[in-house]
Amino acid sequence: MSLVLENITKKVGRETHLYNINLEFETGSRNVLLGHTLAGKTSLLRLMAGLDRPTSGRVLVSGEDVTGKSVRKRSVAMVYQQFINYPSLTVYKNIASPLKIARVKKGEIDRRVRRTAEMLHIEEMLDRLPAELSGGQQQRVAIARALIGDAELLLLDEPLVNLDYKLREELRVELHDIFEERKAIVVYTTTEPTEALMLGGNIAVIDEGRVLQTGLTPEVYHNPATTKVAEVCSDPPINFLKGTIKGGAVRMGWNIEMPLEHHMKSLMDGDYMFGVRSNHLSLSRNDKEDVEIPAKVELAEINGSETFIHADYDGLRLVVQENGVRLVRIGAEITIYVSPSSFFVYDEAGALVASPSREAVEGKLT
Amino acid sequence: MARIELNEVVHSYLPKPKSESDYALKRIHNVWDDGGACALLGPSGCGKTTLLNIVSGLLTPSRGRVLYDGKDVTELPPEKRNIAQVFQFPVLYDTMSVFNNLAFPLRNRGLSEIKVKERVLEVAEILDLTPFLNKRAEGLAADAKQKISLGRGLVRSDVAAILFDEPLTVIDPQMKWYLRQKLKDIHEEFKLTFIYVTHDQVEALTFADQVAVMFEGEIVQIGSPQDLFENPEHRFVGYFIGSPGMNFLECTIEGNEARVDGAGIVLDEETAAKGRKASGKLELGIRPMYLEVHARSGDGMVKARVKGVEDLGSYRIVALMLEGQTLKARLPEDKPVPEGEVWLAFPPQWTKLFADGRLIS
Repeated sequence: MSLVLENITKKVGRETHLYNINLEFETGSRNVLLGHTLAGKTSLLRLMAGLDRPTSGRVLVSGEDVTGKSVRKRSVAMVYQQFINYPSLTVYKNIASPLKIARVKKGEIDRRVRRTAEMLHIEEMLDRLPAELSGGQQQRVAIARALIGDAELLLLDEPLVNLDYKLREELRVELHDIFEERKAIVVYTTTEPTEALMLGGNIAVIDEGRVLQTGLTPEVYHNPATTKVAEVCSDPPINFLKGTIKGGAVRMGWNIEMPLEHHMKSLMDGDYMFGVRSNHLSLSRNDKEDVEIPAKVELAEINGSETFIHADYDGLRLVVQENGVRLVRIGAEITIYVSPSSFFVYDEAGALVASPSREAVEGKLT
Repeated sequence: MARIELNEVVHSYLPKPKSESDYALKRIHNVWDDGGACALLGPSGCGKTTLLNIVSGLLTPSRGRVLYDGKDVTELPPEKRNIAQVFQFPVLYDTMSVFNNLAFPLRNRGLSEIKVKERVLEVAEILDLTPFLNKRAEGLAADAKQKISLGRGLVRSDVAAILFDEPLTVIDPQMKWYLRQKLKDIHEEFKLTFIYVTHDQVEALTFADQVAVMFEGEIVQIGSPQDLFENPEHRFVGYFIGSPGMNFLECTIEGNEARVDGAGIVLDEETAAKGRKASGKLELGIRPMYLEVHARSGDGMVKARVKGVEDLGSYRIVALMLEGQTLKARLPEDKPVPEGEVWLAFPPQWTKLFADGRLIS
């Protein structure tokens, strides 16, 4: 099966929610729609499901136009942000419900309910009611119900957003493995770049109702085509510094200078935007060619494995990511170090003109 | 301001608890220093809200005493304890102006209007609420409303402690960092005892100097964020703090080595000595960040196989098989990815030993 969205536009009242969307999905593919809240991800999923009709454009399933066809007549399953289950039915009956509606035989239903429940580690809870489960378990039930029917199109709308981070971490890994085994088209929306990367597959970066970039997820992450894509694909936020290239040198901010080396060598003189992700900023010097940026600490956010230091540089907020727990005093004057080789360079229109080389990373371990 | 002491506090919601699992709090014996920024961190159902309700006076424990500056307040209701609370959802007088919301606790205490105004303006300024003082509370964004909740505690000069129960739940992600910063500023300035309950690691570790990690009705460790990450005293802390959580491998001790089936991992002498004497189920623990992956064999390294690599942008997670057990390593983005057969080094200072889930020390 294939799913094609062709010139899809969606207007609600006077507002346009989706602008001329063109996307293609193949059977067995994992696809992530990445974008901020209100980017249009849910609107897009609802059109794919057949819950809503586009204002213009067509939805094609294996070449057939299904634009007006009701969701009931399509092979689709959907998981929502909120945990939606039948409150008066046991977990078993919740999971079994799509098969019951499809009039599958009892023995077959039983086999598949148990297998699916096992896959999601809720096999011990089949006799309970949803309300007796934790949030994480309730969402597992909803996911199990979506998986059991072998729908050709599996849509998940930020399914992990309401869960604790440890649960999220575990379910992400499990979902990745479950999706790999499915023949269905899986479309998964998220606001988190890390989640997108963890699921892998293809990505469509969406912002304000438009598709900004598509491709393999790691490819897009490592080569964000515009400053906007770089922003959506970075958490913590990517650091941007305005700068100028002139006479073989780069000048950024009010006092940062570096030679025009590495991936930037062939760039012409002019004004540019330089973007660098927080994990490439450091509080210690790693190389003699590192550039120094003086800044003042505003906050250190600690998640356990990493510390994100928010610092002010001339009215600009920079975020530095350090491994482990780093104690930094608010208000402290610090020096941030960054390698000239780690900047994305964008032209004045915000289009990518140079990405950091990945050669060193993709080489073999020695 | 107060030093808060919990003396052998035990609580069950059942009238006649029988087994250990009938207790929401098993035994809490703990002191929060005056002026400290403390967090209670744990997953849902661990007992942290029960404990907070005992501290605030909404709940009287089955056994044990609660002391504020040495004074027994166990039986006192919240209004007699001089505490302020900020809940998950803002609790405000929606139809009143921001000014009147902030003034309410002071007027209740019969302060003169001049003093009320002085204090409200001062606190509003600190919380960046000055431009909203004449607006009605109901029209404001969630972050402004939570600041008003906090402000109503801060205006009172007699407040002993401010208790927070998941205060950032309804705040937009982009605003969270700002509120985290604000809370730290305010703590610095007011030097009040803050107790902050959350299931969110980032919130607890960013906010608090001292974090108490709760698990199944117990406080399993109290420490600084650094202690919790670098030296977890309980298996649960190793798992719950950090992403991915700590690796645990079942092992036995032979001389100075932890044996994981055929593989011998060298421990530091002190750890090994204690391990030889320990009883119970022994596990070796190492954080994915500290596990080293090498392509060639070296001193003290053990052989493992790469099962898979996940590229998470700023770092990679390598899943490894060692003698039939799975473990994970976390490599920085700019380090090449290993394949097939690899050699693991366990730096002794980061290799911990646990007996029945507790750190051997």
